[in-house]
Amino acid sequence: MAETGPRSAARASARAGASPGRGSRRRSPSGLDGEDQAVMREYYRQMALIRVFELRAAEMYTRARIGGYCHLNLGEEATIVGLMAALRDEDYLFTTYREHGYALARGADPGRVMAELFGRTGGLSRGRGGSMHLYDPQIRLLGGYGIVGGQIPPATGAAFALAYRGDPGPDSQAVMCLLGDATTNIGAFHESLNLAALWRLPIVYVIVNNQLGMGTPVEAAAAEPELWKRGCSYRIPGQRVDGNDVLAVRDAARAALQRARGEHQPALLETVSYRLRGHSVVDPAKYRTADEAERLRRSDPLPAFRARLVAGGVLDEEAAMQIDAEADKAVTAAVDFADASPAPDVGTLFDYVYATPVASTYQGLPGDPVVPDGSDG
Amino acid sequence: MAVISYRQALHDTLRAELQRDENVLLIGEEIGVFEGSYKITAGLLAEFGPRRVRDTPICEEGFTGVAIGAAMMGLRPVVEIMTINFSLLAIDQIVNHAAKMRSMFGGQVSVPLVIRTPGGGGQQLSATHSQNLEVWYAHVPGLKVVAPATPADAKGLLTAAIRDGDPVIVLENLALYNTKGEVPDGEHVAEIGRAAVLKPGRDITVIGYSRAAVIALDVARRLESDGISAEVIDLRSLRPLDRQAVCESVRKTSRAVILEDDWLSYGIGAEIAATIQEGAFDYLDASVRRVAAAEVPLPYAKPLELAALPDAGALTRVIHETLDATRFGR
Repeated sequence: MAETGPRSAARASARAGASPGRGSRRRSPSGLDGEDQAVMREYYRQMALIRVFELRAAEMYTRARIGGYCHLNLGEEATIVGLMAALRDEDYLFTTYREHGYALARGADPGRVMAELFGRTGGLSRGRGGSMHLYDPQIRLLGGYGIVGGQIPPATGAAFALAYRGDPGPDSQAVMCLLGDATTNIGAFHESLNLAALWRLPIVYVIVNNQLGMGTPVEAAAAEPELWKRGCSYRIPGQRVDGNDVLAVRDAARAALQRARGEHQPALLETVSYRLRGHSVVDPAKYRTADEAERLRRSDPLPAFRARLVAGGVLDEEAAMQIDAEADKAVTAAVDFADASPAPDVGTLFDYVYATPVASTYQGLPGDPVVPDGSDG
Repeated sequence: MAVISYRQALHDTLRAELQRDENVLLIGEEIGVFEGSYKITAGLLAEFGPRRVRDTPICEEGFTGVAIGAAMMGLRPVVEIMTINFSLLAIDQIVNHAAKMRSMFGGQVSVPLVIRTPGGGGQQLSATHSQNLEVWYAHVPGLKVVAPATPADAKGLLTAAIRDGDPVIVLENLALYNTKGEVPDGEHVAEIGRAAVLKPGRDITVIGYSRAAVIALDVARRLESDGISAEVIDLRSLRPLDRQAVCESVRKTSRAVILEDDWLSYGIGAEIAATIQEGAFDYLDASVRRVAAAEVPLPYAKPLELAALPDAGALTRVIHETLDATRFGR
């Protein structure tokens, strides 16, 4: 595995280096002023890892190693890495069903992510959840959620619990809740924002606007397509940021989180990027226009960030290729781990359904008698 | 052992659990300043403050989901949904989230959540405010559903629900809030998943839950004077369902009638009847009968409402029909 624990040393260095006054500094013409070079390379490493992982996941899906739905983060890498860089270890994260990359960037073991996609016991959710439902308490990922908008009220509730237990302050915890652009049309979004503002909850809602809800463009679904403005009704400050710019995303998220911590006030952040593939692996995305396809080609954040780092002297081609090769190696190891991880035993079918066992719980398999000793008078 | 109302038993239990555990908190519409639509939470805001007794805007999906998230973090929220009819606005959070999380996330999280909500008709509240939708929730693995019929169980089952590690729906009933009964003093925790024999009998088993169990007991007592010995089973828990207790009783009496406030088709009674035919087939002397609500959206006008709802008269008639079918007493 590329990462042996929930927190890699590289990530720790990334976070430390991002604090003002720490780490090495250099000025550059590529917008990297004041950025720590090691941190920049770490961001690139994470983006490359996500890219390779997702392409491999698509391949594994077409080879029927992954079942169900499989939604990829391709095109979202800068957004993911920027957001996760802003989050602290002690914060909590709720995501949508398009979440492999978030788990990886937050430090989940790629092998355990892939094992979950394979439905194996070594998976992040022990093979119970699959691609859409990754859960990892070690990195405080409190779930990927398959029902659009379903994660928003529970995420708000997690922030409620933080406020219930502690006061605001620069060292307090916060919740980040991801949602897609189309989710801003759902009642749960509006109900949650209202509650978060009324009750002053430490939560940052992030709209990952990839400009398409399945095949429906934002403009066809939202009467106010500037989605960040939708917090206005709740007096929640909103901001739109270029989701292809990892540093802009990170800085905006950091400011929103700081406010959430310090004042227990929610914030709404909109990142704009573009989904490079279909809605899921099986979607050929025929609804895209030629213009869109061209825009898509130009909006890939990975080569853009790489070029930026090369231009800024942070990375040379050789080092970039080295990082790419390591990502490839890590994902190959992840597939090997997933392959080696056993499928759940059928005898564990009823495990984890309930936390507190109670009398009379029926655990029959299809065709089993409903009353075990029916003939016993 | 004090004699108190079902309402008082619920109130006292909430108060005791708020005192016992800092993680317990109440969330719901109008439960604080207004003291609850049915006054179950009267005085609790004044005693525990808005942190522990949280009035919410009208947004069942939002506040139920917030309670789920708080429960994931280790709090023990007790949500009041004003009536079970309004729980439909929160059903995605209850069925797709609370019920699924523990299992779907591989046992790494639990949702110790209680949803208290009354069902029941007969108050001239018309079609949208008179439903008995408990079977919708009893159908779903991952949830537990309890339905106290007596003040003692209101205390015992609510206490058990609050201390349980899973999402539990506590079904209350509008018609039961003012009923009175003996309630054990001090600590009283009922066991979820166990039915109770409210009255032993030899000739026929009458099965009910919530308000229906109370009616069944009343009818059974009156039938004693006619020389009919009816055994009354109060299910108390709809998920899990104590099938064993039902079958044991019917194996003894050989006859069964189910009284339920919900609609007939696909109702709780259908599940009980299927259980009996499988678990006590060889013992049955008559077909299992169900007495349930007429399958209409409940009308407002009193004569129509009365005609649609199952009552003691209908139950008595069906008990007699079941006995007559087997030439009982002849």
